[in-house]
Amino acid sequence: MDFVLFFLTAAIALAGAIAMIVARNAVHSALFLLLNFGAIAVLFLLLQSPFLFTIQLSIYAGAIMVLFLFVVMLLGAEQVEAAQDKLPWQQPLALVMGAGLLVIAMITAVRGGSNDAPPGGEAAEAFGDPASLGELLFTKYLLPFQITGIILLVAVIGVVVLNQQRNQAQTEETPGERPSSSVQP
Amino acid sequence: MVPTTFYVLLSAVLFTIGVLGVLIRRNAIVVFMSVELMLNAANLALVAYARERLAVDGQVLVFFVITVAAAEVAVGLALLVAIFKSKRTADIDEVSMLRG
Repeated sequence: MDFVLFFLTAAIALAGAIAMIVARNAVHSALFLLLNFGAIAVLFLLLQSPFLFTIQLSIYAGAIMVLFLFVVMLLGAEQVEAAQDKLPWQQPLALVMGAGLLVIAMITAVRGGSNDAPPGGEAAEAFGDPASLGELLFTKYLLPFQITGIILLVAVIGVVVLNQQRNQAQTEETPGERPSSSVQP
Repeated sequence: MVPTTFYVLLSAVLFTIGVLGVLIRRNAIVVFMSVELMLNAANLALVAYARERLAVDGQVLVFFVITVAAAEVAVGLALLVAIFKSKRTADIDEVSMLRG
């Protein structure tokens, strides 16, 4: 049963990933990526990680993909590759090097992973409990957890600054108005 | 139970597809999506090894990766919008202002 579920989900994930880089329309790419994220979320559930399953669906499939679709539709950048490729030799070279990377990564995966089924027993029963993850997050990994908070804060500030530069450029065109007046208290 | 190697092999294939997307596609947004695909492939390998060793630490690491990816997407897409506003294109071949 596990194997059937795994191979079905893996096939969906692979199909979504391949269709994403093949699709000409960026909106289609985003939707295929959404399919891939959903399949990976199911794989997380198969790997006894219900918390990451929820996070994957709500943050990746929810927030991040909405952001992508929003920007694609806002910019109208669905098809920008109509122009002639300036580097025609790059594509075959990329395929060859990608195949090389795939071989190396697969050799590493086979050497690194064990073919045995994972251990069972009492420890396996308790594994993946969101409570244990939260406990680790607030004890052993407290400092990295706080740093991620700062990273998110910096990201918010960065996005605001990136958008504000445009506002200042617009206000410079109208004399007599101070650029700082665009910031409302 | 499915062996860990299967998950890691799937992760390797997904990562390679992401690399190919970055190398081949010229639409900056699709390139960005391929980066997200690579991050997801790495997450899958981390969760697979976490289950094999019954160590929750791997899942904590995936949590951090997802958080940083969210911040990265926000900043990256803001940059893309800024580039689009000035260059009127999302084709990465056209954005070569820094070429010497």
